[in-house]
Amino acid sequence: MNEIIEVLPTLLRSFGTTLELALLSTIASLLVGTVVAIMRVAPIPPLRWAGTAYVHFVRNTPITIIFFIIVFGLPQVGVIFSFFWFAVLVLTLYTGTFVAETVRAGIQAIPAGQIEAARSIGLSFTQVIRYVVLPQALRNVVPPLATVLIALLKNTSVASAFGVAEAINSMTNLVNVHSTVVLGIMGATGFAYISLALLLGRAFAWLERTVAIVR
Amino acid sequence: MTTANLFDQPGPKAARRITLFTIGAVVLIAIVVAYAVMELAARGQFDAARWSPLTNPKLILFLLQGLLNTLGAAAVSLVLALVMGIGLAIGRLSDVRFVRGPCVVIVELARAAPVLLSMLFLFLAFPLAFHIDLSAFWTVVLALTLYNGAAIAEIVRAGVLTLPSGQQEAAYAIGLRWWPTMRLVLLPQALRVMLPGLIGQLIVLIKDSALGFIVGYQELAAQAQSAALLFNNPLQTYVVVGLVFVLLNSALSWVSTYVSGRQVGADSRDQAITTVGLEPEAAAALRALDVERRMGR
Repeated sequence: MNEIIEVLPTLLRSFGTTLELALLSTIASLLVGTVVAIMRVAPIPPLRWAGTAYVHFVRNTPITIIFFIIVFGLPQVGVIFSFFWFAVLVLTLYTGTFVAETVRAGIQAIPAGQIEAARSIGLSFTQVIRYVVLPQALRNVVPPLATVLIALLKNTSVASAFGVAEAINSMTNLVNVHSTVVLGIMGATGFAYISLALLLGRAFAWLERTVAIVR
Repeated sequence: MTTANLFDQPGPKAARRITLFTIGAVVLIAIVVAYAVMELAARGQFDAARWSPLTNPKLILFLLQGLLNTLGAAAVSLVLALVMGIGLAIGRLSDVRFVRGPCVVIVELARAAPVLLSMLFLFLAFPLAFHIDLSAFWTVVLALTLYNGAAIAEIVRAGVLTLPSGQQEAAYAIGLRWWPTMRLVLLPQALRVMLPGLIGQLIVLIKDSALGFIVGYQELAAQAQSAALLFNNPLQTYVVVGLVFVLLNSALSWVSTYVSGRQVGADSRDQAITTVGLEPEAAAALRALDVERRMGR
């Protein structure tokens, strides 16, 4: 029991790193994903192609391999960040593809009449997207986006193998030192992840009810 | 324009503007690519010495062995996850609360925990706390099974729940009990609907099996890591291995689209939404939006 109390501060601190990683990557991947989704419905073919290529290649590659390419490949060409920022970059690139497809599904589900109406009152493509399409599309896809972002939270664990001292990383280190309380340490880490994931699920359900358009 | 209902046939002015933006975008992309290529070349990333190891037959065999291990772990996990998933789905649909409750808890917990955590639990806690030494293969397979079994349980349950309620009522009306109704009427129909979802889950399995290198399983990512260390060509090795995964998963994702009954190419390729690799509910939600869109046409 004493040993559990001894390791608790380390566990909490590292879980803080996990949260930081998840939060930064969430914001960045929502931005990247939305931009790519817009690129993929834009009237300019090269933007569509670029968006399609990004989504196709990155989502079909395991996140582990993307970590390998970024963490060990980029320094070869002189691009060097800390492991933490490399991890944010990888998680953003990877999750961005899922966000992009989700948002695009939301955009395409907007009835054609809405867009025709917006066009006929003289809005440009960007205005149609900004004022008519996105506000509805994003509301439509809150539930699937929630699962994408919960998956992101779980994927931060992969960063443990690439030098980031997040929850799984310090769990592994602690288990090696305090081998008598293995189950306690792992149980606490698992509990933290599971309760956070379930909590996020609830939070998004609330968000969905709050932003839903009552017709 | 095939692509969207987002913009109408451009008039002469808009057409000129689109051409202008297209040229601008091409130039911008070309500049970025050219800069990347120059930078890569300046740092010797195109040197034959870095690429030639990848044409070495021995290395190719070594990587193929890794690919085989990846596919092996994914295939065994798929079979086990199917068994677990169907079992849990049936349990969760049961009328008996004492069966349903535990199944709900197992599914929710298994889906909320990161796969890597389960893998490390099997890898570290089993030998230390229970004195059970699992081989690297089984560590990977069981961890993948736990998560994907729960995911498949949700796919199966959703498949059964989308069937019209008349199916179950009709089965009860002709005197079938709960289990024969499930086995003879509901499950066979649900399983057919969920085939594309299952292939999608196989892609998730193949991608997640690349975590195996952390517990010392010699799958493709692990072999790539050894090779890249040996020849000091990380960028080249990992990019090539990444492309192998892309090729494999695109093929599977094409099969998944094909068996979903939607002819590939019937929809403009630009518009089809790929749900592969998403969590089951997200994929289902996107498919529902997609159906709505088609109906709306």
